This record gives sequence, structure tokens and C-alpha cells, in this order.
Amino acid sequence: MTAMMTILGPLLMGGAFGFLLQRGKVTNCNVIENQFRLRDFTVLKVMGTAIVVGGIGVLLLVDTGNTKYYVKDANMLAVALGAALFGVGMVVYGYCPGTALGAIATGSVHALVGALGMVAGAILYALSFDWLKAHVLNVWALGKVRLPDVTNIPDIAWFAVLAVGAALFFWWVEASEAKQKRG
Amino acid sequence: MTTITESYVREAKRAARIDWSPYLVGAGIGLLSWIAFAVFGDPLGVTTAYSRVASLFAVPAIGPEAVAQNSYWKSMPLKWDYGVWFLVGIPAGAFLSAVMSGTWRLELVPDVWKERFGPSIAKRFVGAFLGGIVIMYGARLAGGCTSGHGISGGLQLAVSSWLFLAVMFGTGLGISALMFRKR
Repeated sequence: MTAMMTILGPLLMGGAFGFLLQRGKVTNCNVIENQFRLRDFTVLKVMGTAIVVGGIGVLLLVDTGNTKYYVKDANMLAVALGAALFGVGMVVYGYCPGTALGAIATGSVHALVGALGMVAGAILYALSFDWLKAHVLNVWALGKVRLPDVTNIPDIAWFAVLAVGAALFFWWVEASEAKQKRG
Repeated sequence: MTTITESYVREAKRAARIDWSPYLVGAGIGLLSWIAFAVFGDPLGVTTAYSRVASLFAVPAIGPEAVAQNSYWKSMPLKWDYGVWFLVGIPAGAFLSAVMSGTWRLELVPDVWKERFGPSIAKRFVGAFLGGIVIMYGARLAGGCTSGHGISGGLQLAVSSWLFLAVMFGTGLGISALMFRKR
């Protein structure tokens, strides 16, 4: 790839991602907070659709030899602990790391303050890395496994269940939102 | 009568310009994932590159020697790679979208926070900063965030990522219920 492409390519990808996040209202702290209060389902709608649409496409791309999987290590204890902290941080901060970067650019000063907190968090992680590596990261480490590997249920069945499940859930959400609007 | 109709039409157009359907946005992010996998071989993600950049801020905080010696940053040194340029693109795209839709505005204390914790800017800034520390520490411990685990990992049916999604949403719901409980 040319040098131009290695800079312009990711810039355009990030730009499109940021544009979509803003248009989808998920760079708005209130929308994220209200997802966790179950008052606004925008976050789940965006993520659910992205996972189903993205997943089916990537599955086809892998099957046709056009890409490979980039699965993260299943260090189960570290992922569970990290995800729990992430959930706490996301509700207190009101953003996740990606939406926060978008929010800063749309005028949210408090998102910028939190981003400095994220820098501090990254530094604290680097400082505690040796200890974590010795005591946490290697606990219940299953490697780069995928759900089809551990369940013997094929990819396509997983996506069928996910797509139907998401469709039913979104249909129910839309119905109750319409009802709320009327009432 | 005409003016009412006119203003209604203008408002409807404006609303359509501002709020894209979350399903459309989700599908767009899914499509972006196809390109990320097939063209760049680098799934959408935010926090890995964020950690690289954080090492810059760590130099004045803990000294250049400590940063150079740190085993985490040795494995993840600062370099202007795909992920970092992607990170630069996110605020650029969000800014463009906010300006185009006329939704750019300064926000010091978001409405949901204000309703619960009052209008104090200092209080919100402290909350955002602490939340930022916790979310980034959690993201690094888990090995990814809402983008890297949630979307990119989720769509690959990675075991680690679905564990992340379940624990993150579960904890978020719990903390949110505590934080926003009626007194």
C-alpha cells in the first residue's frame, strides 16, 4: 500500500466511523446513559445491527478467502474483570472510548476531561502490567477461540439465531416505543 | 396557516437530517467493518491506539526512562500506524457531522447528569475524569472496548468478546440502577 493510503485510508475509515456515531446520536452522553436506564435503546439498535450486518459480511469474506479472523485472547478472568470495570466507567463517564472522541469534537467539554482520565487509566494499566501478566492475564486463558469452536454450532446457525433474536427484540422495542408515544 | 405548514415541513426535513435511523447507522458500521477486514486487515477498534498515544502523556508524568523501560509500552510502542490515524479520523468525522446537522454545541454538564447530580461543573468534571480512568483501565485489562470487543469481536463470534458484552452490559445496568435510584 502506498504511503498516502496508509494515512488517508485509516483517516477516512475513522472519519466515516465518527460521522456515523454522531448521526446515530451515540456521541450524546444522555443517549448512552438512558440506554443503561432502559429508557432509550439507540445504543443496542446500533450495536446489534452492526454485529449482524458486519458479521454476515465478514463470514462471507473469510469463507471466500478475502480476509481472516482477528480474534482476541479469551483470558476469561481478565476479560470479565475488565468488562465489569468498563461497565462502571461507561455509566459514570457516560461514553465509551470511541464515542468520547466523537463527543469532544461536537463540543462536550466534560468528554475531554474524561479523555484525560482515560490517559491516566492507560498509564496506570501500563504501570501495573507486569503484576497483571503474572497473576490475572493467564487465569482461564482459552486462547483465540470462537463460539462455533466451543459449541460445535456452525457460524451460519449462530448468525441465524442472532439475526432473528435481534429482529424480534427490535420489533418489540419499536412497538413499545410507539405505544409510549401514543399514550 | 401557510407559515405553520412551511415551518412543519422545514422541521421534518431538519429532523431527518439530524437523526439517522439507528438501524441505518448500525448497518453502515457493519459495512465499514467489511472494508476494515478485507481492505485493511485491521478491525475497527479504539483503545489499543489510545494506549500507544497515552505513552506520550506518560513521559512528563513518570519520566522518559520509566516509559522506555515499561514492559507494556515495549510491546505497544508509540507509532503512527493504522489505529492512530483511525483515532484522528473519529473526531474529524463527528465534527463534520455535527456542523452539517447543526447539532454542534458546548456541553459542560449533560442533562441526565444535571437532573440527578445538579448543575455543578466541578462535580461533573470529577465524575468524568474518574469514570475515564476506570473505563480505560477496564478496556486494557479486557483487551478491547465497545468497538474492538463489542462490534469487531462480537461480529466474529469471539468467546472473549461475547463475555465482554454480557459482563459490560450487566455491570452497567447494575451501576446505573444504583446511580440513578430514586431517593
